[in-house]
Amino acid sequence: MPSFPSAQESARRKWAELQASPVPVVYLGTASCGRAAGATGVLDAINRTLGDQKRDAVVVQVGCVGPCYLEPLMDIVMPGRPRISYANVTPEKIEPIITSHLGRDEPFMRHALAYHGTDHAGGNGYSGKLPRFFDLPMLKPQVRVVLRNCGFIDPEDIDHYLANDGYVGLMNALAMSPEAVIAEVREAGLRGRGGAGFPTHKKWEICRAAAGEAKYLICNADEGDPGAFMNRSLLEGDPHAVLEGMLIAAYAIGATEGYIYIRAEYPLAIARLKTALAQMRTCGLLGSDIQGSGFDLDITIKEGAGAFVCGEETALIASIEGSRGMPRSRPPFPAIAGLHGMPTIINNVETLGTLPHVLRHGAAWYKQFGKPGNYGTKTFSLVGKIRRAGLIEVPLGTPLRKIIFDIGGGTTKPFKAVQTGGPSGGCLSEEFLDTPLDYESLGAAGSIMGSGGLIVMDQDTCVVDLARYFLNFTQQESCGKCSPCRVGTRHLVEILTRVTDGQGEPDDLTTLENLGEAIKRGSLCGLGQTAPNPVLTTLRYFRPEYLLHVAEKQCSACVCRELTEYRVVPEKCTGCQRCVSACPTGAITGPRAEPHNLDASKCIKCRACYEICRFDAIAGDAIIIRSGRRLAHEPSA
Amino acid sequence: MIVADYAVLFAPFQGVPGDLIPLLQHVQAESGYISEEATAHVARFLRMSENVVFGVASFYSQFRFTPPGRHSVKVCLGTACHVRGGEILSRTLERDLGIFPGQTTADRRYDLQRVACLGCCALAPVLQVGPDIYSQVTVIRLREILGAYA
Repeated sequence: MPSFPSAQESARRKWAELQASPVPVVYLGTASCGRAAGATGVLDAINRTLGDQKRDAVVVQVGCVGPCYLEPLMDIVMPGRPRISYANVTPEKIEPIITSHLGRDEPFMRHALAYHGTDHAGGNGYSGKLPRFFDLPMLKPQVRVVLRNCGFIDPEDIDHYLANDGYVGLMNALAMSPEAVIAEVREAGLRGRGGAGFPTHKKWEICRAAAGEAKYLICNADEGDPGAFMNRSLLEGDPHAVLEGMLIAAYAIGATEGYIYIRAEYPLAIARLKTALAQMRTCGLLGSDIQGSGFDLDITIKEGAGAFVCGEETALIASIEGSRGMPRSRPPFPAIAGLHGMPTIINNVETLGTLPHVLRHGAAWYKQFGKPGNYGTKTFSLVGKIRRAGLIEVPLGTPLRKIIFDIGGGTTKPFKAVQTGGPSGGCLSEEFLDTPLDYESLGAAGSIMGSGGLIVMDQDTCVVDLARYFLNFTQQESCGKCSPCRVGTRHLVEILTRVTDGQGEPDDLTTLENLGEAIKRGSLCGLGQTAPNPVLTTLRYFRPEYLLHVAEKQCSACVCRELTEYRVVPEKCTGCQRCVSACPTGAITGPRAEPHNLDASKCIKCRACYEICRFDAIAGDAIIIRSGRRLAHEPSA
Repeated sequence: MIVADYAVLFAPFQGVPGDLIPLLQHVQAESGYISEEATAHVARFLRMSENVVFGVASFYSQFRFTPPGRHSVKVCLGTACHVRGGEILSRTLERDLGIFPGQTTADRRYDLQRVACLGCCALAPVLQVGPDIYSQVTVIRLREILGAYA
């Protein structure tokens, strides 16, 4: 078993060799998101082109840096030259890029995005011609602590992690007493990143003091919030950071067994965790007597089977034990009686991913980020109607406006709202844009931090429809144990469906509010206690939109199907008959070259005609979707 | 599947209650779904009632109880996909294929599923057919995409 210093030294040597590689190095982001954008085809093209041109190069597959809108992202480093990034690469772009960059040592400027590094002493300075990567508008305001390695190291090579100060935090922790580790985390003010923001050290102290033959540590990687992928990206891009955090947490609480409860929908993250665990064992960082410290830990991966409620601690434990994932009432809290009745700590992926930094640099260093009560950074997945979507990391307390407009580049249509905290969170209007993203400010606005999903909406999104969408989700995911949640969410969905179908009455809005409050107060677990948030916040901040649905039977965003109608504008119709063949119900008729007729009684509002008329070259954009006086895809006044 | 196969399938497991979900996942990975027969075998192996096994299996959205089609069509209905039109895709697919989510077409060519999030929110709306992911899908592209899967 290699000692830590020798493993670290050989890893650093290997890393330095890669940095000073005598042959070109090509880095390609092949996390799930990169693959969805076509990175697998790009990887084939890279290997094929290198083979065809008989070029020697090292190809390294890395995780995701975060800016999803630039995927697939490829970097090339020529010996002694700065690293150059190429965005939105396709297999077709590979041959010209490699021919120019590797063949002639000239970056292919047409597709080049940015250069990396601070100095260009290595050769031709690109500073005038290209922006610096971390000066790009999406990246510049970010502070990357947890995500620092994502996109820069090979997540399947423990040496890359070790060379970048990996497991130094663990070694520091092992040199301290468990109590001192807890004290350091208390001093750092770290709060759980899974949603509620409960101080991490408090749970640990309770568990440490609790009596039990065995103690367990569980990493909660059941990221079930639709529209959030922070944990997946971290696990795919830097799995060792989370595993090092698990070792530190287990040491602090006195656990000897660890579990990772991860969604089965994340096969790549699972595969990388398995690889990482095997490497840790070889390096003496897992198993018994870790690095001669006398501390033992084994980690088992448990694949979740698809249940949002299993993000709740007691439901998660039930699921690991092989039962239906239903929460139970607390106390006793899992820190005293959890898995198999033993003291158990459940920490979120990001919380664990933060621990190595706290233990490596100390609490004082960590407290430079964020603000009192909300120290540190937080990752968010920024999606929806936003120009630059992706995974970001900012200090806690960053205003929403900075995230949405500076980092995300704003919306193309006028901004309407942002949903924080996923289905359990709230929908905040424009007046909240200066709200700092911290646990208390979001709570005061009626929303929550949640695990970090941020969904941006513009004028083309209907908030009533969105509230119905979230409630439909929580209703389906309700485990059914307690009636406020089981029955209450069902009624909320029924009323909201009535409103979006144009059957709503003004009284319905009061019923929604009363019922929502009752569900919040009466539910057993966090799922039910937060489920009404989307309805309650949209009612509070977007009441006129509800009233429009109820009183005028109109949807200002032209989203609610029953409240919209499709029409052909005769003056614009070119009579191309594209829509006639696209219509599945024969609702559109008309001879060639004459304005077509749309029979509303046959129309099922499937959008096929609308899309074809809008995007086809010979069609005239003559089909409109309207609700009252408002037209779809036009900003409402 | 014949009984001897179940013995092979169960070999890596100890037969403790915590094995139930991994076992069901294993069965589904091998045969595509959890049949009544499989439920009975799992129950016997873990010394539980079939009711308990089915109760756990039906709680989790991962498990299916009908044979899958040759091509699994998954419409993403995560939040980002929803606001970008995922619901319309789902509705159109239901009509075109003549099945509801969770069902398989009579010719076993496709099965249709609605999934909570495929995790490529920046590319919404997203559709997955078999292993392939299609991004920024529109209603008019749907037929062309599905047509490529025989």
